[in-house]
Amino acid sequence: MLILVSYDVEVTSPGGARRLRRIARACKDYGQRVQFSVFEIEVAPDQWVLLRARLVGEMDPVRDSLRFYFLGSGGRRRIEHLGAKPVVDLDAPLIV
Amino acid sequence: MRKLLNTLYVSTEGAYLRRDGLNVVVEVERVEKLRVPLHLLGSVAVFGQVSLSPALMGSLAEAGIVTAFFGTNGRFLARVEGPVSGNVLLRREQYRVMDDGPDCTRIARAIVAAKSLNQRSVLQRALRDHGSALTDAARDAVIAAIDRMQDIARRALHETDLDRLRGHEGEAAALYFGVFGHALRVTDPALAFRGRSRRPPMDVPNALLSFLYTLLVHDCRGALEGVGLDPAAGFLHRMRPGRPSLALDLMEELRAPLADRLALSMLNRRELVAGDFRIMENGAVLLAEDSRKTVLTAWQERKREEIEHPFLKERTSLGLLPHLQASLLARALRGDLDTYPALIWR
Repeated sequence: MLILVSYDVEVTSPGGARRLRRIARACKDYGQRVQFSVFEIEVAPDQWVLLRARLVGEMDPVRDSLRFYFLGSGGRRRIEHLGAKPVVDLDAPLIV
Repeated sequence: MRKLLNTLYVSTEGAYLRRDGLNVVVEVERVEKLRVPLHLLGSVAVFGQVSLSPALMGSLAEAGIVTAFFGTNGRFLARVEGPVSGNVLLRREQYRVMDDGPDCTRIARAIVAAKSLNQRSVLQRALRDHGSALTDAARDAVIAAIDRMQDIARRALHETDLDRLRGHEGEAAALYFGVFGHALRVTDPALAFRGRSRRPPMDVPNALLSFLYTLLVHDCRGALEGVGLDPAAGFLHRMRPGRPSLALDLMEELRAPLADRLALSMLNRRELVAGDFRIMENGAVLLAEDSRKTVLTAWQERKREEIEHPFLKERTSLGLLPHLQASLLARALRGDLDTYPALIWR
């Protein structure tokens, strides 16, 4: 399933930079950065449980926000991209 | 249903693959070209001068992702994989069946029969699609081969002797490759098929077939390891050190539908032309480096095509067929199935 994860981390608060880094790290481990605080993540349900727990564990619920958009298995078709920062289709043939 | 995990192919000379968190990062001349999370990958295949960091190799092995190294011309060199997985009881049963005549022959004959029938349907398809464009003599030859291959398949199903079964297989293959050239629609003599040749392939269709078979055997091997079978202990192919006999067995029924058909359509649709191949001094024909990417892309696309599995009656992608057949084989060895249902293409 395809999930869009976006986050806002209050970097001016104590430990903010660290939380931002670690949340980005977790997203990066499982998905693709499409904009500064936006990741597209293709995961199986069991992997999502792990990633979600990791994200929730890193955030400060008082200062930060996380949003998950569940796009489902056919989610890629519902995305249109314009402009810079081209995104790689990780389902397509991966040939370098 | 399991998901068809992607394969990462790297064939750019000088590429360097390293690990970053749970990602594989591909760099070419210190520039990041691709970043892929590990959980999306089933295997990594690298061609020619490509290197991997030890940390990445470790993470790949730990995640159960097999890395295979191929020479510039696509010849298999080596594999890196994690600890042996799967069931020791299943493997013991595999070795027992291998040593036991009747059980071994039962599996082997399902494979031989399916292989001949699948080769036959490649010819039938060619006849349907452009039979009218063939000369009378060519068409008659194809029809004769089709009829005889049907007959061989029927005989194979009742064969009790393993060596005679191998003879049937060879006979069907000779018939098939005797007329395989008629399935090609291109008239360019540089693309003509002049009988099966390998090590080295001596013409364009052979070069393409050999390259595709290398990719297929890699997938079959991975599929067998995935269900815990020993890819080196085959039923139809004799054991020989270093030969993945069971992977070759599994590949037999899949060659025609997965590789041969793709080779034919790539040549017939002119996705590959004579310029995509290089002729060496000894007459060997090799796929040129740039054109390998064309073939790899087509191969990956083909694996994503969906069909209904004739035995399981489930929709699946062609790329999962080696995995499904491997698990059916494991079930047959465990005794959950009466015999191995080799894949017969409709």
